[in-house]
Amino acid sequence: MMTKTKQRKKQWAKFLERNKKSGGYLLKSIAAEKTYKLVRAVLLFGLCFLILQPLLNKLSLSFMEERDLYDPTVVSIPRHFTLANYVLVNKLIGFWKALFNTLWVALLISFTQVAFATLVGYGFARFNFPLKKFWFACVLLVIVVPPQTIMSSLYLHFRYFDVLGIIKLITGQTINLQNSIIPYVLLCMGCMGLKNGLYIFLIRQYFRNIPKELEEAAYVDGCGTFSTFFRIMLPDAKPILLSCFLFSFVWQWTDSFYSRLFLGDIKLLPKMLTSISGLLSDYINSIGAGVKATVGYSQMMISTGMIMAIIPLIIIYIVAQKGFVESLSRTGIKM
Amino acid sequence: MGKKKKRSDLKTQKAVSGYLFILPFIIGFLAFMVNPLIESLRMSLSNVKIVAGSGGFIMEFIGIDNFKRAFFVDPEFNRMLVDEIRKMVVDVPAILIFSFIIAILLNQNFKGRGFVRAIFFLPVILSSGVLVGLEYNNSLLSGMQEVIKKSSAVDLTEVLKQILLSSGFGERTLKVVFDIINHVYDIAIASGIQIIVFLSGLQTISSSMYEAAKIEGCTVWESFWKITLPMVSPLILVNLIYTIIDFFIKSDSKVMDKISTTMISKMDYGFASAMAWVYFGAVILMIAVFGGIVSRLVFYDD
Repeated sequence: MMTKTKQRKKQWAKFLERNKKSGGYLLKSIAAEKTYKLVRAVLLFGLCFLILQPLLNKLSLSFMEERDLYDPTVVSIPRHFTLANYVLVNKLIGFWKALFNTLWVALLISFTQVAFATLVGYGFARFNFPLKKFWFACVLLVIVVPPQTIMSSLYLHFRYFDVLGIIKLITGQTINLQNSIIPYVLLCMGCMGLKNGLYIFLIRQYFRNIPKELEEAAYVDGCGTFSTFFRIMLPDAKPILLSCFLFSFVWQWTDSFYSRLFLGDIKLLPKMLTSISGLLSDYINSIGAGVKATVGYSQMMISTGMIMAIIPLIIIYIVAQKGFVESLSRTGIKM
Repeated sequence: MGKKKKRSDLKTQKAVSGYLFILPFIIGFLAFMVNPLIESLRMSLSNVKIVAGSGGFIMEFIGIDNFKRAFFVDPEFNRMLVDEIRKMVVDVPAILIFSFIIAILLNQNFKGRGFVRAIFFLPVILSSGVLVGLEYNNSLLSGMQEVIKKSSAVDLTEVLKQILLSSGFGERTLKVVFDIINHVYDIAIASGIQIIVFLSGLQTISSSMYEAAKIEGCTVWESFWKITLPMVSPLILVNLIYTIIDFFIKSDSKVMDKISTTMISKMDYGFASAMAWVYFGAVILMIAVFGGIVSRLVFYDD
């Protein structure tokens, strides 16, 4: 015990000596560093809390009973813990059906988007052809154009779908493709889906950074253009494809714009979420309670529904966090 | 003969396969972008009528009446558009600066860095699509905020604001600063992708450059302005453009909402197209102005 304090004293004396020698610089720099670290920690903690707070808030709301809302002593931990909200929301929006629908739509769409964006991105990254700059400028244009601009005409286009008037000639009527998934898949195949230009851009960046020797070696060994693409380049680009797929999946999962436009009849989670308060009042009418749903209560239902819709995304994010971030930062985005 | 021709035309062959690869894009672009763009431009200049029964619609050319209506007749559109642009002018620089600072912090070494990074990127997923719109409408939360504001006796920011304002120095600027601080949450959740992009740029700067600067007697502050900022400046341009686009097409934009409702609920296609074109013009204008300013300041290493 004695030796320890002695040692410490010795160290302190040594430190003071060093500090003296440096003219007070050592102490100052250490103090500055410690303060900086403290400020950084506080700042980051605060911001993290700020980002997570609404989520935590919704989580606690979703476990409350309605009377907890009006109880001023209840802030974030519910006093009457209940799962009834989840049961009710499940009943209102048909959660499992909506989840299943959203899942297959998001999978189909994101797979189509990434598959075709990969082809196009590879074409832009690895081949020289006339008008290449022009077409790439078109890709950038696609990123920039707000979908609203072309929405009206696309809407009517698919409402009265026809190929050069042939179908009308045969059946005397145009086809209504409004409530099927076909137009949207077609759109994605043409690389015009949700944020599709961005995926092309990212994939192109990634392919550009793969060394040319790899490709040339494959050509010398007798690989054709397409087998080089499939057997050499594609396996190499797995990380970026994965992260594009994840982004596409997640954004499709929460998208309401395209699904409202094209997938009118398919019950998807985002659409059900927006209609939750209407469904709630319908439900309350139907059981004949004779009271209206309060604003607070329907907000509680929306919070619960949001938590239910978000949970799958959070699981994906936790499992594949690296896929989202690391590969994106390796593409070397530049303009 | 055929073989010889094939060899001599390797370049052509490559060009052909290149075109084959981007063919889906070309078809999609022509069919689902150029065609609708032209059509919607035509719609914006005409009165669109749905013909019941026969399946189809007709357009009556009415000149720029729809645009006139958007600007001079409609009570909301002008105001919404101006509001949106004003908000953008404040928000976009704020998002860029915020994400840049956060990226610098997240690039340093400290305990729990991975966890903090994960939280900062979380909004990329959670603030997309319909979730933003729902958040926006969440009256319960805003009600709670009011309660909290009233219940706490002293509002720290309010007091600070009073003091700073009474010091009589740049009232307008201060107001903007307080505005930004008041919705720092919106800024934080809008800057997920931007942080990733800046982070990727920061990671490509070699540490030897900082070491050399330090030996030459550069302070941290100086090396930030002389090394860090120029090296990531191309990414500032990328982020700027991304942020502007993201700002305009996010789903809680009031103008977007108005366009959608006009189209889907009211079936007023001509008017909706005209508004959409005005909106598109505003986006392009903003990108051109801001991009033009920033691209002059960009430094390219190679």
